Amino acid sequence: MKGKHAAAILLLVLLAALPQFAPRFHVYIVSILLLTGLLATSLNLAIGYGGLYQFHHAVFYGIGAYGTALMLTRSGMPAALGFLAGPLLAALLSLAIGIVCVRLSKLYFGMLQISLGSLVWATVYRWYSFTGGDDGIHGIPLPDLLSSTTGAYYYTLIVTAASLFALYRIVRSPFGKALEGIRDNPVRSSAIGIHVKLHQLAALVIAGFFGGVAGSLFVVVDTSVFPDMMFWTYSLEVLIMCLLGGMYTFFGPLVGSSILMLLRTYVSIHFQYWHLFLGILLTLVIIFLPEGVLGAVVRRFRRAETGHA
Amino acid sequence: MLENLLSAGTLTQILVGLSRTTILFIVSSGLSLILGVLRIPNIAHGSLYMIGAFSAYTVIQFLGGGTLAFWAAMVAGPLVVAALGFLLERGFFSYLYDREHLMLLLLTFSFTLILGDLVKILWGSEYRSITAPPIFRGSAEVFGLPIPQYNLFLLLVGPVIAVFLWLVINRTRIGKIARAAAVDSEMVSAVGIDVGWVFAFTFVLGCFLAGLGGALVAPIVSISLGMDHSLIMEAFLIVIIGGLGNIWGALLGSLIFGLTQSLGILVWPQFGIVFPYLAVVVVLVFRPKGLLRSAW
Repeated sequence: MKGKHAAAILLLVLLAALPQFAPRFHVYIVSILLLTGLLATSLNLAIGYGGLYQFHHAVFYGIGAYGTALMLTRSGMPAALGFLAGPLLAALLSLAIGIVCVRLSKLYFGMLQISLGSLVWATVYRWYSFTGGDDGIHGIPLPDLLSSTTGAYYYTLIVTAASLFALYRIVRSPFGKALEGIRDNPVRSSAIGIHVKLHQLAALVIAGFFGGVAGSLFVVVDTSVFPDMMFWTYSLEVLIMCLLGGMYTFFGPLVGSSILMLLRTYVSIHFQYWHLFLGILLTLVIIFLPEGVLGAVVRRFRRAETGHA
Repeated sequence: MLENLLSAGTLTQILVGLSRTTILFIVSSGLSLILGVLRIPNIAHGSLYMIGAFSAYTVIQFLGGGTLAFWAAMVAGPLVVAALGFLLERGFFSYLYDREHLMLLLLTFSFTLILGDLVKILWGSEYRSITAPPIFRGSAEVFGLPIPQYNLFLLLVGPVIAVFLWLVINRTRIGKIARAAAVDSEMVSAVGIDVGWVFAFTFVLGCFLAGLGGALVAPIVSISLGMDHSLIMEAFLIVIIGGLGNIWGALLGSLIFGLTQSLGILVWPQFGIVFPYLAVVVVLVFRPKGLLRSAW
């Protein structure tokens, strides 16, 4: 346990010092990595811990980003309010979609969720006068403190770390345990007095909120929003990140998203067919490593600790 | 806005919508079959549709156009896709039937990525187009309105495929076994039937339908990368609102999707693409498991 904490603190210190020695491009990449990691972790609360087939999570990311971007460009309100409004809007949308979907389970849940999400995407994609349609919104004005790459990076680092800490506490809380219980055996959980649907709904709202936080961070880092952020293929990519790292571990999605983003950044420089590469990698992971990279590592360690085969 | 609905264009729009319904039905019935019997949510179905279109293009290019080349393409395109489906089923899915849906969904998504890039490597990323054969060129008068002949041809193909599928599923031995396997595959294998081959047959038939949809749509759209992405989402939603594994459900879902799309464009051009999704949401709110009885 001690070692884990020490490693986390060392990583934080390293990340905090990064802009002092790394070039700007790398600082930007790490910012994107952090917020994408938060996005994947927020999805994992619903899908890994809750067992809810949240197929279209990117919608909350997109709405968080659009909410923030529209507040910053179209309202005269203070910027801080915009950064809050995006995630809150995402949470609200998540509540609305969740209420409709939570009656169903597994594939039916996922399909209704993806169709509701696609409805939101289609509206954003077509509403030129308000959301900029398929062009999106570019050159979003930011407060001076956040307008430099370094400023944006520190803001992203602080918000991501705080959000991850909050999510960590949530999955370790009695609520988180109840959620896992529901995932493994809904009938039994209901029999011992847990309100199944309410717990699932709460998990969806929390996941949507933090997805929205990741979206608002994207606005800070990239100063733009566009509808592709919430197209269903991106949702599946985020799912892949969770799968790649390991769905049943807290830090798995973080590892998965980092692996995916780094591979994408560096493989696509040398190799034109990035999707081909990703597809083959993913096929291999699903066949040989279904519990993900971190999941496999953790299992190996546990095996070594307890001495079982 | 609503006065647009009463104009003469409405009938044309409905007929165009119906011919689009045909394509949606052919593709989504294949998807539904695979989902109902094999329980694989096959996202790669859209890629197979795209490959069907590109293969049809290549066949027509190779034979130099004309009516014969068109018919050859309509047969060869789907067959190429069916062969690919056979390889995928025997090579991958046949070992992975017991995995959970989420894993299968992601596996098929990774196939989508691979196939998308393979299409890019084989055919390049330019737009391609083929023209309808001479007999289907020009337009015919229906109730005094000009309708492209190729669209009329599609309107005829739809029912033919529907009847064909109904016959295969209800009147052939393998169709009956496939239906039984959809309900309880363990029991089917317990009575001594090799379920593996039934699954392979169903998967290949489903892929054939995806390829056929792609080949048939080729003369009326531009054949391009990315034509898989929008279609697969539509096909999935159709299958869900119709009832998983139900062929008639796929037909009903396609009608709802195709008509709300074409009429939506008439009512409110800017938000035309929103209407089908809205229709899906309305259906699922009231009938969460689809309109018709699902195979699950």
